[in-house]
Amino acid sequence: MTLTLGHFLSLGAMLFALAVIGIFLNRKNLIVLLMCIELMLLAVNVNFVAFSYFLGDMHGQIFVFFILTVAAAESAIGLALLVLLFRNKSNINVDELNALKG
Amino acid sequence: MDVKTGLFYLFSAVLLFAAFRVITARNPVYAALYLVLTFFQASAIWLILRAEFLAITLILVYVGAVMVLFLFVVMMLDIDVDSLREGFWRHFPLAAGVGALIALEMAAVLMGGFRLNAPRNSLASGPDTSNTLELGKLLYTNYLYPLEVAAVILLLAMVAAIALTLRARKDTKYVNPSDQVRVKARDRVRIVQMPATRAAQPAAEDASAAAENKA
Repeated sequence: MTLTLGHFLSLGAMLFALAVIGIFLNRKNLIVLLMCIELMLLAVNVNFVAFSYFLGDMHGQIFVFFILTVAAAESAIGLALLVLLFRNKSNINVDELNALKG
Repeated sequence: MDVKTGLFYLFSAVLLFAAFRVITARNPVYAALYLVLTFFQASAIWLILRAEFLAITLILVYVGAVMVLFLFVVMMLDIDVDSLREGFWRHFPLAAGVGALIALEMAAVLMGGFRLNAPRNSLASGPDTSNTLELGKLLYTNYLYPLEVAAVILLLAMVAAIALTLRARKDTKYVNPSDQVRVKARDRVRIVQMPATRAAQPAAEDASAAAENKA
């Protein structure tokens, strides 16, 4: 039994589903929400690398490179916003982010 | 079942377990540490797929930089974990439903068409070829402009993160750089005209007279 493309795509799909479940479960904890987004991006990257290997095309790996760049920028800004939020509200509960409600 | 398949199943099992612990861990510090484990397993799987450069980059960039940032922030914030956990199990049925739906849909698509078990056009491989070299050739020719844009995005993220979290302190003492640049020599040193010698003071005579009186 050899590895097929389906194996890797299934792994990516399961990882993505776990991340979506995590977003539903930890609806209040902003830090774990950011971690779940990282997991989703990792699942997408696994798919890209798998397709790149099985189709023999390096361009998929280039795309993973750029996704890593953007994900790093996203998490840096997200964590900065989180620190700012904690300074102003003294907690990171998503339910209390209603300052714009009027 | 060859060694590669066995390793794939091992890494996948650990990866899925770690991802499960990330979303269910009570303490966000444990969640971050399990996320590190997840990235290590994903990196091993990418090595199976012969993406060596990306596997190393994942560990260096994610485990080395991003996860350390996560850990710093988690430890810096004083979070009340219990208030954030309330409603955890109340959302579980919805979460399980959506997760099962995604998994079933993906399975329906994936089990149909993706039976590719050998690389269609295999990438150049062997001891003489380098994944990093191939990636670099593409990155600095076809993808030069996207690379520049990625660099600008990273700069933007750095400036934004610093600008968001910087607190200007009111009580710090600092030198205004423009004043410092425009300073003249005469502002620093003032020449005062003084006589070279002074007239003798009468104070010494008084002191010797007081000493005689005591004796």
